Amino acid sequence: MIGRTTNSASVDTFDLRFIGLIVAILGAGVLSIYSVTYDQNAAFPFYAKQVVWILLGAVAFLAMWLSDYHQIARLAYPAYAIILVLLTVVLVEGKSSRGAQRWIPMGPFAFQPSEFAKLVLILTLAHYYSKAPRVGWLQRVVWPGLLVLPGLILILKQPDLGSGLSFLVVYVVMLLMVGTRPKALSMALVFALMLFPFAWEAMWGSLHDYQRQRIMTFVDSTYDTSGKGYHALQSRIAIGSGELTGKGLHGGTQSQLKFLPEGHTDFVFSVFAEEWGFLGALALLLLFAALIWLSLEIVARAKDRLGALLAVGITCMLSFCIMVNIGMTVGTFPIVGIPLPLMSYGGSATVMTLASLGLLLNIKHRRLSFF
Amino acid sequence: MARFGPHSSEGEALQHRLVILRVGLLLVVVLLGVRLWYLQIREGPYYRDLSENNRIRSVILEPARGLIYDRNGVLLANTIPSFTLYVSLEDVKDRNVLIDQLANLLKLDPVFVRKKIMAKGSKQLPRKVKDRLSLREATLIESHRLDMPGLMVQVESQRDYPSGVTAAHLLGYVGEVSPEQLERPEFSDLHQGSIVGQYGVERFFDRFVRGQAGRKSIEVDAVGHARRTVVVEPPRAGDNLYLTIDVRLQKVAERLLGDEAGAIVALDPRTGDVLAMASRPGFDPNILSRELTPSQWAEIAQNPSHPLSNRASQGQYPPGSVFKVMMAAAGLETNTVTPTTTIHCNGGYQFGRRLYHDWKAGGHGSVDLRRALVQSCDVYFYTVGQRMGIETMASFAHQFGLGEETEIDLPSERIGIVPSAAWKLKAKNESWLPGETISASIGQGYVTVTPLQMASLIGTVANDGVTFRPRLVQAVMNRVTGELQQRPTVPKRTLQLRPEILPLIKEALAGVVKEGTATRAKSALISIAGKTGTAQTTALGKEKRAEKDIPKKFRDHAWFVAFAPVDAPTIAVAVLGEHMGHGGSAAAPLAKELIETYVKLMPSFSASATNSLVAQDGNVGGQSAR
Repeated sequence: MIGRTTNSASVDTFDLRFIGLIVAILGAGVLSIYSVTYDQNAAFPFYAKQVVWILLGAVAFLAMWLSDYHQIARLAYPAYAIILVLLTVVLVEGKSSRGAQRWIPMGPFAFQPSEFAKLVLILTLAHYYSKAPRVGWLQRVVWPGLLVLPGLILILKQPDLGSGLSFLVVYVVMLLMVGTRPKALSMALVFALMLFPFAWEAMWGSLHDYQRQRIMTFVDSTYDTSGKGYHALQSRIAIGSGELTGKGLHGGTQSQLKFLPEGHTDFVFSVFAEEWGFLGALALLLLFAALIWLSLEIVARAKDRLGALLAVGITCMLSFCIMVNIGMTVGTFPIVGIPLPLMSYGGSATVMTLASLGLLLNIKHRRLSFF
Repeated sequence: MARFGPHSSEGEALQHRLVILRVGLLLVVVLLGVRLWYLQIREGPYYRDLSENNRIRSVILEPARGLIYDRNGVLLANTIPSFTLYVSLEDVKDRNVLIDQLANLLKLDPVFVRKKIMAKGSKQLPRKVKDRLSLREATLIESHRLDMPGLMVQVESQRDYPSGVTAAHLLGYVGEVSPEQLERPEFSDLHQGSIVGQYGVERFFDRFVRGQAGRKSIEVDAVGHARRTVVVEPPRAGDNLYLTIDVRLQKVAERLLGDEAGAIVALDPRTGDVLAMASRPGFDPNILSRELTPSQWAEIAQNPSHPLSNRASQGQYPPGSVFKVMMAAAGLETNTVTPTTTIHCNGGYQFGRRLYHDWKAGGHGSVDLRRALVQSCDVYFYTVGQRMGIETMASFAHQFGLGEETEIDLPSERIGIVPSAAWKLKAKNESWLPGETISASIGQGYVTVTPLQMASLIGTVANDGVTFRPRLVQAVMNRVTGELQQRPTVPKRTLQLRPEILPLIKEALAGVVKEGTATRAKSALISIAGKTGTAQTTALGKEKRAEKDIPKKFRDHAWFVAFAPVDAPTIAVAVLGEHMGHGGSAAAPLAKELIETYVKLMPSFSASATNSLVAQDGNVGGQSAR
């Protein structure tokens, strides 16, 4: 029934550009992680581990690229069920770090199910919407909403505000892409508004102190520089002090001397911008923009509903993470703790991101198939 | 499955929505790009400064003050290493908490700590909280550094005066520069906590002795731990000073005064070099150079005996009969009297309705100038003064250096008063009374002088009329280059007198010691010439009382000025004893003993001061090249 692509074996210039962008961004990430952690006294410093994650991610990338996304999508529901189980396990058995319980220890490493949950959610929703023409706001909004809800609650419980927001964004974007009739949309809006006080209560109440403070300091990030606004200010100082050409490798005093916390994870963009200046940061921003642009190209060329939905979900999820992360480092978004895709240190995120991008190429390559 | 693609209706809708997504993407990218431009280009320099402030802690390296030696190379002011506590405000989270913790730890007054920490000044520079920490205190601070970020203990050189009270008024003391001082241009390169000379030579030569502070920039990490030193601009130690005093003579001078209030000044009349300059009561500069609490300070400053006052250069007393030395010279020069002019003294001088007494009840009989000086006859000089008039007296007094600064190398020198009609009108808004001329003739009334002026006056006579500016510092050594710079001796003025006048007066002054009022100054070791003075402090009643019956504070000041040896004087001395009574009995013996000490130490004075300095220069240079 599902046809094979006619040219799946050949790699065209689009693929090369796409992979080239990925490699360039990965390189910038490893360079920045190396810059802040090169003097670490560990057998396996962060930058070396990150290279391992990238290699693992490359395997995932190839696997996703070379298999068929229709077959992968069929596994969506069971995968989602497994993820829900894992998210529950995290809450019970997980390893906590800085007030949040996000990791499942696996030998020397730790596995972060919420990262994988994002991709699985995209698969699940795409699978749901593509299986039958979903009509009516119940089918279009409520049922998928109920599908999202348990995962969202489990993630917020960790708490992981960043992943939670990504979850919501994926849901909303998919919803918008399948199109809601004005009536259904307005019903949903009224519904949402009516629920808002309760939702706000539940949301705000479920947030940890540090999350509330992060959001509060976004409103006025200068009011207490040594306390809650510290991260935001130090990140702005790091980026700003890079000026036009930056301070060079290892020259970033903000990150090298640890004034900027989390230099190898959430604030990796700040490290890069401090050491390579406006020119470097702008170039990096354009690399990300180009990658998203090519991803949208894949969405446009998707040959079927499932492919389009998957591509949209992945593209929007990555774009959201990229924009929010850069936005929070430059001080235009609150600090919500979303890692920068392809750059921040982290095994689960790196593997998941590369797998998602592999899936995108898979979708693009199957556009010439017929039924 | 329904066809899906760019040409299906759903596909078209998707294409439409994709355009929105692309526009949205471009918008966000432009927004972030503009934000980057704003942060890194427009506000870049500002954030660059912030990041430098984050990582750089400047530490002032205080210079070691120059050392101060006496003429023979005896160390009078030293520096010793000590611990100083600084607070780097940028690393302090909560100042109030820190103030309480520090006050607790070091047993200090929280108000004092607050004043130090909140002192005005650059935020980047650490605040000096306390110097001269004990080893225990320094250890205590070090062990609490993790709970109290921003504390720094530095080793610095602190002033130390090994001989304590000796020459305290000359050396002076040091202290933190005050906020008022900081506003003056001479202290413009200093900062809160800088140590400057506050008195004496320490103050007068501060710009030499002070040295220049260095600066160390330390790169710190986010926790405030020092990573590496970025720039070191080493401090430059202050210049060494070589004084003209001989500390042995100085000690004798101070011992001679003992518990009495007074001053002794010894000069070399040929150069103006100050050989000794004692003032009692004194103080310990080691104590004053520490940070005193307001009550400690008040105790010293409000002490009724004024221990901080250098009576030699700041005490102003009526000169009494010492004034007659000047009067004799003036009388001869103006031809008011000749050496052979005799005046009959019957114990009093009638002027108008008032009788001016001579100190000797029966009078001296018929006296010429020599006898008048030897016997210190008041009536003779009443007559001379009356004939000469106050204006002529004043002009000669100025020639002898009265009523003006001797220009010694000490701060806040006082000049005394040489009265005249113009002075009285200005100072008291009253016209001059003829009777006041008579009081002034014997150095009473409005006339006041400092012991230093008296030493300079008698030195001028001894040196045949040439006045040298008193020199307290003979050389300054640059500690960096090792270059020794001599300070010149400065002849200030020559008395305009006929050449025969001073030899006459000197001979008469030798007679004062030989046969006159100062026989108690006669020495078997050396010929001494001098003049006694007894300065009345209050107008006592007509009846004369035995001295021991008069309360101490109403007794007369005792003066004696002297030079020796008579034929080629090398030392001039002025002794003032407050309320010690008669100059001849109270002051003259002190001068004699000082001069005899000088004679015994003579060998070291015979070699020129410069030679002795050069001889031990290598030794000193070696010590200071640290």
